[in-house]
Amino acid sequence: MMPKFPFLKTKDPENKSKVFVPSRRDFLKLSSLATGGFILGVNFQCSGPKGELITFAPNVFITIDSDNLVTIIAHRSEMGTGIRTSLPMIVADELGADWSKVKIVQAEGDEEKYGDQNTDGSYSVRMFYEPMRKAGATARHMLITAAAAKWGIAASECHTEDAQVVSSGGKKIKFGDLVEQLKTMEMPDPETVTLKDFSSYKLIGKDVAIYDAHDMAKGEAKFGADIDLPGMQIAVIRRCPVVGGKVKSFNDEKALAVPGVNRVVKIEGAGIPPGLDKPLEGVAVIADNTWAAMKGRDVLEIEWDLGENQNYSSAKQLEEMLKSTSGNGQVRRERGNFNTAQQASGQIIERTYVAPFYAHATMEPPAAIAHVHGDGTCEIWAPTQHPQWARQAVAQALEMDYQNVKMNITLLGGGFGRKSKPDFVVEAALLSKAAKAPVRVQWTREDDLHHDFYHAQSAQRIRAVLDKNGNLSGWNHHTVFPAIGATANSAEIHPSDGELGLGCIDFPYEVPNIRIETHESKAHTRIGWLRSVSNIHHSFAINCMLDEIAEAKGVDPVDFVFNLLAEDKDLDFAGELKGDFGNYGEPLDKFPWNTRRLRGVIEKVAQEANWKKALTDGKSVGFAVHKSFLTYVACIVQVEKGSNGQIIIPEVHYAVDCGIGVNTDRIRSQFEGGAQFATSLVMTSAITFENGRVQQNNFDGYQVIRMPQSPKKIHVHIVDSMEKPTGVGEPPVPPFIPALCNAIYKLTGERIYQLPFKS
Amino acid sequence: MATFNLNINGKSQSVDVDPNTPILWVLRDQLDLVGTKYGCGIAQCGSCTVIMDGNAVRSCSIPVSAAEGTKITTIEGLSENGDHPVQKAWMEHDVPQCGYCQAGQIMSAVALLESNPNPSDTDIDNAMNGNICRCGTYVRIKKAIKTAAKS
Repeated sequence: MMPKFPFLKTKDPENKSKVFVPSRRDFLKLSSLATGGFILGVNFQCSGPKGELITFAPNVFITIDSDNLVTIIAHRSEMGTGIRTSLPMIVADELGADWSKVKIVQAEGDEEKYGDQNTDGSYSVRMFYEPMRKAGATARHMLITAAAAKWGIAASECHTEDAQVVSSGGKKIKFGDLVEQLKTMEMPDPETVTLKDFSSYKLIGKDVAIYDAHDMAKGEAKFGADIDLPGMQIAVIRRCPVVGGKVKSFNDEKALAVPGVNRVVKIEGAGIPPGLDKPLEGVAVIADNTWAAMKGRDVLEIEWDLGENQNYSSAKQLEEMLKSTSGNGQVRRERGNFNTAQQASGQIIERTYVAPFYAHATMEPPAAIAHVHGDGTCEIWAPTQHPQWARQAVAQALEMDYQNVKMNITLLGGGFGRKSKPDFVVEAALLSKAAKAPVRVQWTREDDLHHDFYHAQSAQRIRAVLDKNGNLSGWNHHTVFPAIGATANSAEIHPSDGELGLGCIDFPYEVPNIRIETHESKAHTRIGWLRSVSNIHHSFAINCMLDEIAEAKGVDPVDFVFNLLAEDKDLDFAGELKGDFGNYGEPLDKFPWNTRRLRGVIEKVAQEANWKKALTDGKSVGFAVHKSFLTYVACIVQVEKGSNGQIIIPEVHYAVDCGIGVNTDRIRSQFEGGAQFATSLVMTSAITFENGRVQQNNFDGYQVIRMPQSPKKIHVHIVDSMEKPTGVGEPPVPPFIPALCNAIYKLTGERIYQLPFKS
Repeated sequence: MATFNLNINGKSQSVDVDPNTPILWVLRDQLDLVGTKYGCGIAQCGSCTVIMDGNAVRSCSIPVSAAEGTKITTIEGLSENGDHPVQKAWMEHDVPQCGYCQAGQIMSAVALLESNPNPSDTDIDNAMNGNICRCGTYVRIKKAIKTAAKS
């Protein structure tokens, strides 16, 4: 009998189904679960005879011990964004904890207890800012009530600071000393507790150092492969080099002869489609140590049935994709009549843009540890962005109820979307079952680059019509790329509404005639999502084209783009879209598409970068603006020629409007890193396929930028805002790409129509 | 299999392994020193950087048989309490994002400053060219190296 998976959803790449809107109901759900197995209204976790430690746990995110230790749960995965710091610090600030003494504990994967844990789509802060504040405020309210009762004064005379309740008269009591008293207190409704005034926050809105910095600097931070279990064995897998291929036969004699190798196990793949959560077909070598497993794999003899993708050439497909964009496609947005505009044109500018497959290349290649026990339970340690999906996928593979899978989350050595997919976790589980021992599956860098869920290659064609007065009167954007959905369903041959909603269909400019079309392309490999997803290629094409139109008109590109936007308007694209606009899972009335905010970042970046002066000084500067993941970002990049003629990037300016800036230092660090990440996409990185196989093996073939090529100074100007906070993990990438391309054009006189551009 | 006597972080240790085993896997699998990370296996990314006789080397590409008679320092051996000037500078600038490459970055920086206490921007670029950070913390790494150089 198939086990039940109450949380198993069909994975949609746009995160729509994963995103819940933090509402009163949702928070009540969290807070009612908050008693964590205890009777509702009983708000302490355990109490023993006097002198023993008592723990107050008003909700799942906070515990306060009678020895005054405040522990806050981090329930989202840490892959470098700082979320393990930024959400707990919200709780701590509302609570009035002593941040320097707060202990942060990583939650297990448990949706029933913690709600959504899928760390993806730049929505952790957006989704949990309010619930975290309420969690902290609820506990603060109770502590203050207890202290006020003890002192016989009004609660309004008390506040909290440094893990104490303090009265206006100067009395102080530690949180820990109130825990006993809280036993009999009723829990207030988290929805009605008063939140602190923003101006009184000591952490929110400030630069707060990451919790793990010390461990990381000491080499003590634990990532996926760092967990050691008694009797653990190491597995390295030879996967079919072509997606969809199968093992015809294999000979493990030589592999088993390698000292330390214990067994060789075949893993069955899903075939075609390969699936977003399934392992690829392969043969695993399980050994006492990593080196033996690798040596054993080297001498495995496997005969493959390579299947239908064995002749796949990405270059050939790209050519066909590009060709298709000159014909009529499936119309996905229509405003006015583009054909009429074209007929009345003064000038038509038509350009094509192509971008390659990209691999995530997280510094930590996938690795996971599983221990399948004889009693039908399983314990996992994995660097996963999506603990719940991994838990469900493991349960399904082992034909086990998901509740029998304990999912421990380690730090992630980079994620960028790769570690959302649980394929490598499932591999560990299957191999532990086969080996009847704890197993760590270790991907090599070659495995990582050969068997990723790639950002899809793309071809785009934009026709811009200028009327006889030189105004932009028509915009016809063709886009084609293999869809993420095709990885799970081969019938998906057009980009989805969700993928188009990432910076293509939501073209925000006041052009009277717009037509956006898509074309067919099949997936011949596993397609996934990479930091900012299809915003990558859409922003590239749109912003490079706008720069070229401004040039044709003889106007400043910043002024041109600024003036092309309607003033102070919320866009809804009503009546123009042929499908849905996802708005990153949020309703438009709650998170409007606001042109004022986009204009705001344009103005700010131009001012901070001293754009006009840079132009008159003859600097090679490029500009672009792009909203993604509900965050508004404008970017100005400056380039120069280095002593060897190579392109260097001395300075970058970003203006970002992400609403309330929760941890301003981590906002800056995400933008600093986003600029570097995007530089690789423009300058160095590409995955290509021939005969169905990836042609890049390691960092010598799939190059990413190093310190000498990296932007030297990155200024991040955060717009002062009290709007609801939105994410910053992905939004730095899309506008940087065309801003850099436009700057390079200024320097070299050559437009960039194909990524990567190699100087 | 053969026995090798190694000097790691000032401590003599003996391991019985295949002579071709890279130092990286001896550190991680045999000696439980997992601060040193695997990133590429071909000396391209620097995640596995350790200091061998004063030089930053890629432990993924040096067999254990070449380690006898040398002195190796790993991230764990840099300081007892995380107070080496480079580690302190790393914390002052809040350098890490995901943190995975940072042990390798720190070891390269330490080796640079030991041989060149006052490096120029170009010196830093050259010394750190072998260490990839995919999160893109390069700006802060450079700042931290300069801060450490001053201390």
